[in-house]
Amino acid sequence: MSEQTEVVTQPEPAPEQRDRTVEQSSRWQQAMRDIVGGSAMISVLAVLLALIAGGILIAVTDARVQQTAGYFFARPGDMLAAIWNAVSKAYLALFRGSIYNFARDDVGSALTSLTDTLVFATPLIAAGLGVGLGFRAGLFNIGGRGQMIMAAAAAGWVGFSFNLPPVIHVIVAVAAGLIAGGIWGGIVGLLKAKTGAHEVIVTIMLNFVALYFLMYMLRTPGLLQAPGGNTPKTPPMEPTAIFPPLFPGHNVHWGFLTAIAATVYVWWLLNRSSMGFQFRAVGINPNAARTAGMSVSSVYIWTMTISGALCGLAGVNQVLGTVTSGFSSGIDAGIGFDAITVALLGRSRPWGIFAAGLLFGAFKAGGFTMQAAAQVPVDIVLVVQSLIVLFIAAPPLVRAIFRLPTPGTAPRRRVRASDRRAEKGAAA
Amino acid sequence: MSAETQAPAAETSNGAVAVARAAVVSWKAPIAFGVFALLALVLFVLNPRAEAETGFRLSTGRDFIQIPDLIVPAFVTGVIVTIALFAIALWSAILVRQRRKTPLWVVIVFAVLFMVGFLAWAAAGETVPVPGLLIGTVSLSVPLIFGAMAGVISERGGVVNIAIEGQLLSGAFTSALIASVTNNPYLGLLGAAIAGLLVSFVLGAFAVKYFVDQIIVGVVLNVLVIGLTSFLYSKVLQADAATLNSPERFARIDIPVLSGIPIIGPVLFSQTIIVYVMYVAVAVIAFALFKTRWGLRLRSVGEHPTAADTVGINVAATRFWNVSLGGAIAGFGGAYFTLGSVGAFQKEMTAGMGFIALAAVIFGKWHPVKATLAALLFGFATNLKNVLGVIGSPVPSEFMLMLPYIVTVFAVAGLVGVSRAPAADGKPYIKS
Repeated sequence: MSEQTEVVTQPEPAPEQRDRTVEQSSRWQQAMRDIVGGSAMISVLAVLLALIAGGILIAVTDARVQQTAGYFFARPGDMLAAIWNAVSKAYLALFRGSIYNFARDDVGSALTSLTDTLVFATPLIAAGLGVGLGFRAGLFNIGGRGQMIMAAAAAGWVGFSFNLPPVIHVIVAVAAGLIAGGIWGGIVGLLKAKTGAHEVIVTIMLNFVALYFLMYMLRTPGLLQAPGGNTPKTPPMEPTAIFPPLFPGHNVHWGFLTAIAATVYVWWLLNRSSMGFQFRAVGINPNAARTAGMSVSSVYIWTMTISGALCGLAGVNQVLGTVTSGFSSGIDAGIGFDAITVALLGRSRPWGIFAAGLLFGAFKAGGFTMQAAAQVPVDIVLVVQSLIVLFIAAPPLVRAIFRLPTPGTAPRRRVRASDRRAEKGAAA
Repeated sequence: MSAETQAPAAETSNGAVAVARAAVVSWKAPIAFGVFALLALVLFVLNPRAEAETGFRLSTGRDFIQIPDLIVPAFVTGVIVTIALFAIALWSAILVRQRRKTPLWVVIVFAVLFMVGFLAWAAAGETVPVPGLLIGTVSLSVPLIFGAMAGVISERGGVVNIAIEGQLLSGAFTSALIASVTNNPYLGLLGAAIAGLLVSFVLGAFAVKYFVDQIIVGVVLNVLVIGLTSFLYSKVLQADAATLNSPERFARIDIPVLSGIPIIGPVLFSQTIIVYVMYVAVAVIAFALFKTRWGLRLRSVGEHPTAADTVGINVAATRFWNVSLGGAIAGFGGAYFTLGSVGAFQKEMTAGMGFIALAAVIFGKWHPVKATLAALLFGFATNLKNVLGVIGSPVPSEFMLMLPYIVTVFAVAGLVGVSRAPAADGKPYIKS
């Protein structure tokens, strides 16, 4: 399987081609072309396309739209109005649930939606950073789920069974979670480095192993099961181990600050540290990195360990911040897989992932409001999310849909004219 | 300069790796046998159960010959099995010392012996329904085997198929919908194959045409199919479940004479049409992959696309259409969830089966028959957990469920046997 998992690589224009463009078109035109055809524009258009596709899905499955479609040719206005109603109602609910709830009276409670978005975004950012870090080193960590589960189990166990002073308890619980996630990820790196086992297969398999291990611990008294209970669920966390809220009256907690800290750390690691330099070098070309004297094995091990710890941070945030009343086997809530889409949308850049995490957090927070207010099942969020990534993964497709130019190239007619001139020159 | 000094070092390190690996390969079988034999010693002999006897029910009511239940003494069986296991491990070690390979049938005999010993130990004081255990194994393995065939075809052609899960799920959804609306399960089967085909069209288009990383497309497609089917299930199917989500299930077809054979009959020859199609599909794929022009071309674009291109094979088209074929097969297998076993579509009803199928492909070394055996093994582990859950087991059921995944990790780590992917698996072929 491919060593390079750096997803979206822009084709580098050939140097002579670039020179020619600079000669022929003015600098402003060139800048405009690069902005319109560049990767940021592709991301925005991908989100737009996916939302349009989601809108079509909402409209097609809406009862009123189906009803009015029966007499579309008699009164087309009815169906168009029905489509507009269904789609706008759903997307307005999405906005209300994720950013600003204008149905509320005061600004404070209207902003609850925004702080809910931050709550949903926190684990997505953390796990997205983990997956993105792997991408930069050429590793594909699909094991976010397993790493989250192991971290949640460790942090949760520390969180409900220890008696420690307030601040220390949180720190110990977070550390336990990070270590557990790091070990679960590090196993993969170790196997890859020592035996060449492909990390995709190993992480998928370890996801299931972690899940069944958690299920076993959850139903075994003395491990994670709440004493006296028969259900596979842990006891609630001790108050000393819970992340305190950031603002009174809102759900957002100190976990969000850990996500910001993790983003800064990954940015520093990748862009300012020599270890991160090695990660990137191995990601671009492991053979060249080996030739340059870097230890590819240790890069694999360290990348997977840190990646696992970051996914672990997502699990820690779930148990110490979001689901503090005791958790069951669904604690990962699909975040391990969502994180892949977050990392892809963020193009594996730390702050890009941060933004992508916020966007998908908003989709999640708004999705539930949409389900309640507009009877649109929350699963549509998955559809929109995966379509965004599909569109982003194939820039030529988006460029073809919107007839955008490829950045760094001259308009076709000019290239042809200059080609002809060059040919003439050669002939002469 | 640096390249010159590096080159010999790289060569020696490669040579060392090759030698070490060759040595490990030859000793893997006896070491693995030894570990399992030790496990048998610890469990069956050193930790005997209180109950003295274990029963094995061998017949169902419909067989020609009724074989009475086999009652064996639990402890003595454990001791005999353990001795036999150690003998096989020793024999395998002797074979390796003579630089000979351990044949596959020895591995199978070892595995069967270990299972007999394990059942005699785990189910002491109870009766193990052997036909039920095996029937459940086959029925749990059907979607796995179809998924594994999809994976084998696709990966032999050089395209990693992580989207098996999505293909199975789309097949399950479409077959339930179409079979309910038309009241014809055969049309449902057809619809399932087409749904799987459509999913793999997307995979093929992105992977072969746009050179997008195949693993990423696969993962995202799984999310897309889960999202789409869950959305449509909540919004459309649930609203009118009586007409949209209540397909007629396939009836079991008894093959005359064969279905009356004890043990084998009810397990293999009293199944739905999907299972019979599966037998044919595995046989045809196993034959065609290695004996026909289609198979040779498919394998050549997966092993060395440049060479295939040089002799005039259209690499992109070959890959695209074979990925599509694989998708259709997986979609067909997905119909088993709704038309063969459960009878109605449910959200995310494939529950990770596509990933187990992928594991079966790797564990089965990209070979259709071995992948089928691996899928059966995984189905057996799952069903063993169900059966032992009913009669009570000293081993927590979760650990039984973990077993296939751990075995796969060992397999890809090269501890169970070398598992080599097609050389160009996952690498896009960009024609220059």
